[in-house]
Amino acid sequence: MLGRGRYSGWSDELTQVTANPNPSTSSGGDKDTLVDVQDLKTHFSVGSGLRFWSTPDYVKAVDGVSFEIKRGETLGLVGESGCGKTTLGRTLLRLLESTSGDVYYDGLNVTTASKSELRDFRRKAQIIFQDPYGSLDPRQKVGDIVGEPLLVHNLTKTKAEYRSRVSELFALVGMNPSHMTRYPHEFSGGQRQRIGIARALAVTPEFIVCDEPVSALDVSIQAQIINLLETLQEELNLTYLFVAHDLSVVRHISDRIAVMYLGHVVEVATPEVLYENPSHPYTRALLSAVPLPDPDLEATRERIPLIGDVPSPLNPPPGCVFNTRCPIATDDCSKIIPELKQTHADRSVACIHAEGYGSY
Amino acid sequence: MPEILQIKDLRTYFRSEDTIVKAVDGISYGIEQGETLAIVGESGCGKSVSALSILGLIPAPPGWIESGEIIFEGRDLLRLSDSEIRKVRGGSIGMVFQEPMSSLNPVMSIERQMTEGVRLHLGYTKGQARTRAIEMLEMVGIPDPETQLGRHPHHFSGGMRQRVMIAMALSCGPKLIIADEPTTALDVTVQAQILDLMKQLCQENDVALMIITHNLGVVARYADRINIMYAGRIIEQGTAREIYRNPSHPYSLGLLRSVPRLDGVRSEKLEPIEGQPPDLGDLPSGCHFNPRCRFALDRCTTEYPSIVDLNDSHKSACWVAEDIAAGVTN
Repeated sequence: MLGRGRYSGWSDELTQVTANPNPSTSSGGDKDTLVDVQDLKTHFSVGSGLRFWSTPDYVKAVDGVSFEIKRGETLGLVGESGCGKTTLGRTLLRLLESTSGDVYYDGLNVTTASKSELRDFRRKAQIIFQDPYGSLDPRQKVGDIVGEPLLVHNLTKTKAEYRSRVSELFALVGMNPSHMTRYPHEFSGGQRQRIGIARALAVTPEFIVCDEPVSALDVSIQAQIINLLETLQEELNLTYLFVAHDLSVVRHISDRIAVMYLGHVVEVATPEVLYENPSHPYTRALLSAVPLPDPDLEATRERIPLIGDVPSPLNPPPGCVFNTRCPIATDDCSKIIPELKQTHADRSVACIHAEGYGSY
Repeated sequence: MPEILQIKDLRTYFRSEDTIVKAVDGISYGIEQGETLAIVGESGCGKSVSALSILGLIPAPPGWIESGEIIFEGRDLLRLSDSEIRKVRGGSIGMVFQEPMSSLNPVMSIERQMTEGVRLHLGYTKGQARTRAIEMLEMVGIPDPETQLGRHPHHFSGGMRQRVMIAMALSCGPKLIIADEPTTALDVTVQAQILDLMKQLCQENDVALMIITHNLGVVARYADRINIMYAGRIIEQGTAREIYRNPSHPYSLGLLRSVPRLDGVRSEKLEPIEGQPPDLGDLPSGCHFNPRCRFALDRCTTEYPSIVDLNDSHKSACWVAEDIAAGVTN
């Protein structure tokens, strides 16, 4: 876990300083905003090691991100490895401490919430992890894994109630309740992912961060899990933050999509708008690189190549973080940090050259 | 074009406790000079084992090659001695593996790793080998190759490491390159760059390329022909266009339909392939795919379907292949 050991979160002190003293009145936004993220930063200190006299460097994993998630919607979060999408998802749930900025969940400021407030919050907000092998305790029976949240939060009164709730959860995710007494290694990747979903659903949450929930699964199994997540969303009225690197999957499942690059959200739009007419040069390059399963289309398709590698998040370039690789960058791009601005009804972009961006 | 590699009825088995796992169970195919062949299948279908069998890299025990022939440049690779196969491996057959971090030696400089092959296979001197290494790094688009030679793998990003792997694979002038999931560990933008580079270099040097992948979507742009594997056997073979336009096995059809397409209509639900891939130690009788197949007949549970020629270049191992190809079963 990043929060411990070498990469220690250094954030507590700063969070205290910048935190809003009166969170419940300042959440802003309209009524159906469930999660409101304002200028969120999560930095990790690295590399000071034994050099006590030197100041540590900071990896700016998430560096000033603002967006909202509406109740009942799926917000897709895409980006390449190292762009900070997983860190962002975990900071929203305060599994990682933020460095500055605020996360409001239904009026509660998560970044400053007390222990008891957090406990309540964890009944409403849950996470599904990427790796169905690493995220289940191999020595616990799967029934106990799914039932543990019920015990932690005292959600069932009797043993009989506990057992019936666990088997209900198994049935909900399409697993056979009679398999409760088995261990994780007896299941395939897809089944384990179902168990992870059942565990997240045990506390009847409203909001789930799905952190790459299908990328470790075989292609033929991915569709099963995606369909399950969609069905559960309809039945249980869930809100998702769907973190993934696979743009085709994100397009399929999301109501809105946020594209991240090097700790910044560079574009937010509906799938139709984003895929038909991407506005940010990074989004355009990213979409052009996604392979299509059609040799004839591929033969004529233009790629927008990106030159070089992603810069180090230890030392991001000045101005727009994408300017070093951007095909349309001008001098201004290395001077001005573009804010995410709404340019159209269902699109926000952080690029000074984007259509409708206006003055900067 | 003549076929440079022919695999005939290859069977590679592994012993696991008291069962025999038939990882590759009777596959036959060929690769023509200079063409790109993709082998597609999910984890455990035997695609990597079939590649390792070609190179004589099956760990024995627990694995062994039960039967078959692998004819390369007129010789059966399965009958070569250890020292003879070592001359082929890395020499006339190059390799690119999935994990560029674990397939490069972390404590050896790039120079040593890159020159080892040409000195061994082509008998170059140290100076010649160095010149060749610089030339190869330049070719795969690594800037300032002379400085880079002294560096170690951890100095490079994933995409750059994979470029080094490609340079190494090409440096001995191979006839065939086997790339096992070459871009699975890479980001989508880097993936496109690496595949473009591999394809371009293989075309320029008239090298045949075998790409092993689990993702049917990735290879549409690059593959000339495609073999789709399921549970140790090839279930469909054809040109890329035939496979994508006219899939003729229920499994291929399922693979194509279960993945959302970037350019497709956003539909409400995906069509997954139900069930799980089978346990190779305990395969279902008849067609291995029958428990998950929407079109299964009674016959499918008892008889493994023989491979049907749909035309000269398109084959499918399914009792209802012709109906599926014609779209009747929709």
